Amino acid sequence: MIRIESVTKRYPDGTVAVDRLSLEIPDRSITVLVGPSGCGKTTTLRMINRMVEPSEGTILLDGEDIQRRPVTTLRRSMGYVIQNAGLFQHRTILDNIATVPRVLGWGKQKARARAAELMERVGLDAALAKRYPYQLSGGQQQRVGVARALAADPPVLLMDEPFSAVDPVVRKGLQDELLRIQDELGKTIVFVTHDIDEAIKLGTMVAVMREGGHLAQYAPPAELLSSPADAFVEDFLGADRGIRRLSFFPSAELPLTTGPVIPADATAERIAAADAPWLLVTDAEGKPLGWAEPADLTAGDIDPGRLLPHGRPFVPGTDSLRAALDCAVLSPAGWAVAVDDAGRVTGVVSQAAIGEAIRSAHAAGHADVAEVAS
Amino acid sequence: MNGFFDIPSDLQHSYAGLIGLHLREALLPVLAGLLLALPLAQLCVRFRWLYPPVLGATTILYAVPSLAFFVVLIDYTGQTELTVMIPLAVYSLVVLLPAIVDGVRSVPQETLAAATAMGFGPVRRYVQVQLPIAVPAIIAGLRVATVSSISLVSVGTLIGNQGALGNLLADAQKYDRPELAVNSVITTAVLAIACDALLVLLRVALTPWMPNGTRRRPKTSVRQPLPAPQDVTR
Repeated sequence: MIRIESVTKRYPDGTVAVDRLSLEIPDRSITVLVGPSGCGKTTTLRMINRMVEPSEGTILLDGEDIQRRPVTTLRRSMGYVIQNAGLFQHRTILDNIATVPRVLGWGKQKARARAAELMERVGLDAALAKRYPYQLSGGQQQRVGVARALAADPPVLLMDEPFSAVDPVVRKGLQDELLRIQDELGKTIVFVTHDIDEAIKLGTMVAVMREGGHLAQYAPPAELLSSPADAFVEDFLGADRGIRRLSFFPSAELPLTTGPVIPADATAERIAAADAPWLLVTDAEGKPLGWAEPADLTAGDIDPGRLLPHGRPFVPGTDSLRAALDCAVLSPAGWAVAVDDAGRVTGVVSQAAIGEAIRSAHAAGHADVAEVAS
Repeated sequence: MNGFFDIPSDLQHSYAGLIGLHLREALLPVLAGLLLALPLAQLCVRFRWLYPPVLGATTILYAVPSLAFFVVLIDYTGQTELTVMIPLAVYSLVVLLPAIVDGVRSVPQETLAAATAMGFGPVRRYVQVQLPIAVPAIIAGLRVATVSSISLVSVGTLIGNQGALGNLLADAQKYDRPELAVNSVITTAVLAIACDALLVLLRVALTPWMPNGTRRRPKTSVRQPLPAPQDVTR
């Protein structure tokens, strides 16, 4: 466990970057430091591997003051990932990844074998091993940065805005990849970002910092969304925190109905029997085709081209209430479409039913929220 | 062109011997300049305040005419090759120092931060990260230093015939054999071009990591006004 105890960083010109910050960073989880620029989040991160020395206070790693360890030994026990990757442009991808093992005195063969193993783990094609950094895209370079940080299997990983410089699609891929790797490896990760969505997506715990190096709130993301500590945190979370909080509620309990679901070859009797203002038409495999009003349907031969789009269906149990609500809002009928893993319709649920589920989820209180978050 | 390669016996060297001597007198000073410039540049990068005074001092040395240098040095080192090579080493140092400093400083901040964060000490960082990335700038400096050194060796003719190929110029006058002057000029030029080409090849071999098409030195980090070849007044 990393324990930051009333740490202050004051520069010679009197600027205070971090002001009496105390944080307990739990093992084997992702702790995100988030805040606007100038809030001291990067300074805090850099104090953990002593690239910045605190003016006051102590930082403990597994109960031991980090000042007691030789600085290079300390740094080699912590992986570090930086914005724009910071790769060594004069070394091949394989040798970049093998850097820390080589510094630790591993043989060349062993270090390169380890590097090749890590390329696979972070999803890099083995054919890139002999390339140089300039030949890779930004996203690939960032994967190399992550692989390099993991090479010597350090217990701690420090990540300083690692995904800020890549485009949103690549960023989402890198975030998902990080969560997957973290599931496998269980590192103690300290992650700095200015992007609150990234913080909520990745963090097990999120520390919101404000200008002048003050800690505004330290909480799991669901709690941050449900009860921001003050106006600053609330403002920083943005206007739609209520909607985003729904990401932490499961959709498995939603009451599904198959009443308005009809196959494309439905008879007139079947259409009449459904007795609903909107009907969801499915194909022969049971996959959704679209919505229509009963009056617009030709019994026995429904033209899929005339149906209205059904939006993105949700998978109960996998997706959150947010996904279900989104689907309902986008549907002309006001109903969300639920599908199984194979994409076959399992039922539909109305906005009203989703609203009811949201109200009962809120009523269940923080206990449930905490459970989902962990 | 009769007697083009017929070297007068007072030079005590064959044609090939003169070329070897010329290369030694020109290249050893460049090597010495490089060996001095590397640690000096590292100091200038680490202690930023040091760079302006060091650069100022070397620039003043650069402004001293080589003849004046020789006159001072003759009292200590006599009419020897060393007297020729010491000023050339100083000139090389002056060209190489800013080339190396600028090259090392051009290493991106995040690369340095990453190196530090991976537990690189200052020496390892300089040798394994900063210097390799500065190679294109260093070789650009070496090209200028080498070519100007090869042309300047001829000045040594004025101190006890230590000018290698340059001595042919004096002999051309002494024996009224203009072909020796032509030989001197052409051979010197060919040597300079050949050494320059070798350095370009060396850079290509050392920097497979540079994007194609930018295999030019990115910025001219070498100060330009260079002595015209055979400028005996310096």
